[in-house]
Amino acid sequence: MNKMTITFRNTLVAVSMAALTCFSGSVYAEDTIKVGVLHSLSGTMAISETTLKDTMLMLIDEQNKKGGLLGKKLEAVVVDPASNWPLFAEKARELLTKDKVAAIFGCWTSVSRKSVLPVIEELNGLLFYPVQYEGEESSKNVFYTGAAPNQQAIPAVDYLMNDLKTKRWVLAGTDYVYPRTTNKILEAYLLSKGVAKKDIMINYTPFGHSDWQSIVADIKKFGSAGKKTAVVSTINGDANIPFYKELGNQGVSAEQIPVIAFSVGEEELSGMDTKPLVGHLAAWNYFMSVDSTKNAAFIKQWQEYIKNPKRVTNDPMEAHYIGFNMWVKAVEKAGSTDPEKVQAAIIGVEFPNLTGGTAKMLPNHHISKPVLIGEIQDNGQFLTVWQTNKVVDGDAWSDFLPESKPIIADWTAPISCGNYNTKTKKCAGQNYK
Amino acid sequence: MKPNFFRRHFCLMAIGLLLLPSLVLSDENVNPDILTAAMSRLNNASMLDRSAAIEQLAAVQEPKAIVILQALLDGHLFNLKAENKLVIATEIEAGYTLSDAKNGQYLGTVTQDTVQKITLNNALRVALRKKIGRLELNASEAKVRINAVQAIAKDIDPESLVLLRTQLGMEKDGSVQDEIKLVLGLEQINSNDKSQRLAALDLLKDHASPAVVNRLNALQEKDATGQFVETDADVRNSAKTALININSKLRVYAAIETLFFGLSLGAVLVLAAIGLAITFGVMGVINMAHGELMMLGAYTTYVMQQLLPDYLGWALILSIPAAFMISALVGIAIERGIIRFLYGRPLETLLATFGVSLVLQQAVRSIFSPLNRSVASPEWMSGAWKINDFLSLTWNRFYILVFCLLVFALLLQILKRTRLGLEVRAVAQNRNMAKAMGIPTARVDALTFGLGSGIAGVAGVALSQITNVGPNLGQAYIVDSFMVVVFGGVGNLWGTLLAGFSLGIANKLLEPVAGAVLAKILVLVFIILFIQKRPRGLFPQKGRAVEG
Repeated sequence: MNKMTITFRNTLVAVSMAALTCFSGSVYAEDTIKVGVLHSLSGTMAISETTLKDTMLMLIDEQNKKGGLLGKKLEAVVVDPASNWPLFAEKARELLTKDKVAAIFGCWTSVSRKSVLPVIEELNGLLFYPVQYEGEESSKNVFYTGAAPNQQAIPAVDYLMNDLKTKRWVLAGTDYVYPRTTNKILEAYLLSKGVAKKDIMINYTPFGHSDWQSIVADIKKFGSAGKKTAVVSTINGDANIPFYKELGNQGVSAEQIPVIAFSVGEEELSGMDTKPLVGHLAAWNYFMSVDSTKNAAFIKQWQEYIKNPKRVTNDPMEAHYIGFNMWVKAVEKAGSTDPEKVQAAIIGVEFPNLTGGTAKMLPNHHISKPVLIGEIQDNGQFLTVWQTNKVVDGDAWSDFLPESKPIIADWTAPISCGNYNTKTKKCAGQNYK
Repeated sequence: MKPNFFRRHFCLMAIGLLLLPSLVLSDENVNPDILTAAMSRLNNASMLDRSAAIEQLAAVQEPKAIVILQALLDGHLFNLKAENKLVIATEIEAGYTLSDAKNGQYLGTVTQDTVQKITLNNALRVALRKKIGRLELNASEAKVRINAVQAIAKDIDPESLVLLRTQLGMEKDGSVQDEIKLVLGLEQINSNDKSQRLAALDLLKDHASPAVVNRLNALQEKDATGQFVETDADVRNSAKTALININSKLRVYAAIETLFFGLSLGAVLVLAAIGLAITFGVMGVINMAHGELMMLGAYTTYVMQQLLPDYLGWALILSIPAAFMISALVGIAIERGIIRFLYGRPLETLLATFGVSLVLQQAVRSIFSPLNRSVASPEWMSGAWKINDFLSLTWNRFYILVFCLLVFALLLQILKRTRLGLEVRAVAQNRNMAKAMGIPTARVDALTFGLGSGIAGVAGVALSQITNVGPNLGQAYIVDSFMVVVFGGVGNLWGTLLAGFSLGIANKLLEPVAGAVLAKILVLVFIILFIQKRPRGLFPQKGRAVEG
């Protein structure tokens, strides 16, 4: 905080006296633009979210070096919701009412996002959510910079079906909202592609499940029926290591039964013994190994900022990078940090992503992204084996679920609704209920 | 001349020497052009080019080609960036030792960033295995040839079938012959000749494998018009009897497998709970930081592996005493610093130790970062003991089961036969009387708590082999540990052992039927009901100690 005050003093000197006299009241609040960072720094989710907090600090730091925003310095307000879902809502309220932040960058799990949602809608804040999620939501106040199911899960299944000729499917997930919804969408999608019900095995395990013996044995049995089998894994974080270890030990190799994961990225791999994982797959919108000048510069900047040449970058970091820069562009376009104005200005804003395409903020508050599929290498990086030839637009409401098929989200006039039924021509509010 | 080289070469390769400079060099039939062309193509970035290069190399029919292909498959083939040349590299502490892939010449050692690995994808790995398998059919060792046949059988095509038939004609070794016959037998079922099909069935029925079972099942199927795919009733019936036989065997294997899964899960539970059985069971202290003491043990393993990166196995074994010492010392510190002031006040002990557990977690987060740490498994702990095609037991679980029993036996002996054990039992039974007899109860308390904590540390070493090593490791096991101790009967080590194993087996029996989530809930409900009926667990303590 001390450092902040010093920066602020410097700014005070730098800013012209004329500007100062205009703001007779609370100069401090008016002179910086506050940005809320709402990521868990302790508890179970600290493992993933701490990195995102550092990413945000780096991005804000860089923006300030470029001269800030609208002539003002940006100031990060970091809070710790401690992996505690109700605390996320409380901290969001604190950020919006006490600190009066212009935008919040935060949340990881869907539960935490759902917990923040009512607060952010009530107080009309802005939230940039950087993680791939299950879709079926579009709030006026949230911008989803991670992947929707059609930007990760569906292309991954297409790859397995078309390129690896997979005929039998295991949908394995941790028992909570994201895997449940994603698997529901995937099952509907597979059935629509003519896969028989008996060729789909669905399995859920508790958080942090560590004894995978019988499940892996089941998968092995399921996969020995003579048809090419693949596992689509929505297994969350910590349960992955024992899962892959058990696969390796029971002799299930990626060549026989490949596992494609949606939650295993470079960061998670850095804490794993990668030997049993080599050849298994992951679907993301960004890989650290992608060869592009922008990416190389970003990696260099990150490793210098964090002072560790071995730190990796990952997909949600890119999402924050894009989200933050889009917000900056929108604020400049609107000439103000007022949420209403930013919401209107940000739609249509484009920003180059790190892998060589251009991301665009869509009217449904999702962004367009390329989809990459990579094989895990023994150095903990991915080798891209497949990618979409152009960016894919994020779809808030899945077309493969009968109940959400007619629903669209469009936050531009005349619809201006996150849950608009194209059949009944009615808006059912912001969220799916 | 040539076959001889072939033989010698494979013999040596089988015992692990990949690099054979002089032998390969002296071979006269080197075809340098194709080899060089293929190798420079292999160096190309595109996977399509690599795939073509592999085809080319395999076609060269040279021992050298196999060395290169094998190195490629094992991830030892690198590109020396400065010279743009393929090298075979072996990892050492500071980088790699290199040898020229073409002539095996020793090229010295380099640092990591001067070489780049030739990467593979799954499709290429499959192709490589098959190619190497085909080339290794000529190997001198029967075992290598059997593996080669199995590699080919994984993805059979007409070309490989011809190869296998010729090999069968030349093959002298009985076991290799059998292996080839099996592969051919699966093909023979497609024959038009009924007697051929029956002969094939006769051969296959004693060699159950997933492929055989699938094939037999296919013979029972009907096509869209309701006609049997297999038109001959004799063949069908013969296949049916064979299937019934195999299935009854499979049921036995499945039962053995479930039992093993249950025992190994039980072993983990017992390991986690047994330290608690001492601190909670014998001393009556509710120690919520027990899980964090396990976590410390797991981190000790990580640090040990960092100190001895080249000796993973030794690092693991040395971690056992080290983890015991560290966790025991931390345990004694907790007892002396906090718990001894709170004896007889269980609620306050619970809260205080819960606080300690949070402090330990955050301490680890600050020291090692919140990210999980990667703990590698030594070679002898990976893989499985393959008994047959349907039954294999994973080594890591097997060792943990043995380890659990060893720790249990040792602990039992300590409590039964040592001076400390005697004093611990005396204090547990009647503190005042023990004091009156001159036993230094405060010291015994500290040592007992240290013993229980040390055992937790040892359990952490075992856990590092099957789960994440991270700050949250302990939380995942604390509830289970208490459950096992309470179910087994507080204060009884045998109860803890039996409770752990029976809960493990119950869990594994329920899991396939009810799913992992529901199985856990059902076990919990069962324990609650059981405790209602028998509040003191499976083996209640009897006598005056109970009142104390």
